[in-house]
Amino acid sequence: MAHIDLKNDLPGIRGLMAYSPDTEKPLNMLAEILLHSDDNTLSRGDREMIGAYVSSLNDCFFCQNVHGALAQHYFQCDMPFIDNIKRDPIAAQISDKLKALLAIAGSVQKGGKYVTPEQITQAKKVGATDKEIHDTVLIAAAFCMFNRYVDGLGTWAPQDRQIYVERAKIRAEEGYTNMNLQRVVPGELPEKG
Amino acid sequence: MPHIELNNDLPGIRGLMAFSPDTAEPLGVFTEIILRSNIGLTPVERELIGTYVSYLNDCFYCHNSHAEIACYYLGGDKELVDQVRKNPETANISNKLKALLRIAGQAQKGGKYVTAEAVAKAKQEGATDKDIHDTVLITAAFCMFNRYVDGLGAITPSDLSTYPLRAKQVAEKGYGNHIFKSPQPTAAK
Repeated sequence: MAHIDLKNDLPGIRGLMAYSPDTEKPLNMLAEILLHSDDNTLSRGDREMIGAYVSSLNDCFFCQNVHGALAQHYFQCDMPFIDNIKRDPIAAQISDKLKALLAIAGSVQKGGKYVTPEQITQAKKVGATDKEIHDTVLIAAAFCMFNRYVDGLGTWAPQDRQIYVERAKIRAEEGYTNMNLQRVVPGELPEKG
Repeated sequence: MPHIELNNDLPGIRGLMAFSPDTAEPLGVFTEIILRSNIGLTPVERELIGTYVSYLNDCFYCHNSHAEIACYYLGGDKELVDQVRKNPETANISNKLKALLRIAGQAQKGGKYVTAEAVAKAKQEGATDKDIHDTVLITAAFCMFNRYVDGLGAITPSDLSTYPLRAKQVAEKGYGNHIFKSPQPTAAK
């Protein structure tokens, strides 16, 4: 149960966004630019994967499943493929560039000062641009916010991971700024006792 | 030196915002709401939460920037700001703010560190649901800002006398794009 009365049953950050519409707008605008906009040389899948990876490091069930499912949707892969990246990005079947960016994201999750010049050099060596490194750091930092927002207020999260896979199609299509907070898929609201 | 070529020499997050104006826009709007709203928590309380979290995250630029903004609102009471950053429990602040800073300290570690007891205590001291929501969101936001600034190795002025100038600018004009688009404040003015 959430730490505060959200006056709605929506899961995860959607419950917080319905509770606080003023902050919802810029937060979703940020998410749209970072994760969904096509005006970016990193693919949507890569950017969602960075978010999912950081969320898994922060142990945020809701966020890692939402964004893991989005990465799965864009990569057109299965759930174990995403889970393997989260567990061990170095061993995963992904590009060297994404590996290098995930290494930077993993350092950012610990704290800004954990990012090393060697990690930056490696990312550049495998083709990452300054803007891509910037976006990786900001995505990782933003998820350190979103994860704390979601878990720090004790929001509710559906436990059936397939629900997130179903929702990912809706999010990919709607994006973040056109989010219809009230649109739910089966199993997404808590059962009334 | 920043990890990437920012093409500007602006300090801290200002240089990052100038590098990436698309993301600067929502970040500025968001910051204005969470730190300058007068509903529930006051702007001073909001800045003190941001200062404390930035201090815990060891972000020199953010913690000194927001300490100076809080100090400006407090009419120059640097002593109080220092008390809060170093140990909120013994600082000369309300029990409600102490309880909220305890929640902030927990959320800084991670969302799951926030305890039901800390929330109950804050409510007992008079914090509303919105106060608690805002405390967690401000804390979470600084866990982003601090990582953004230090994760890219943003330019961090070591001269502490420059911080009050920027603080005055923010306190008077608020957050938003002007902090990187308009000329940086200088002591000569």
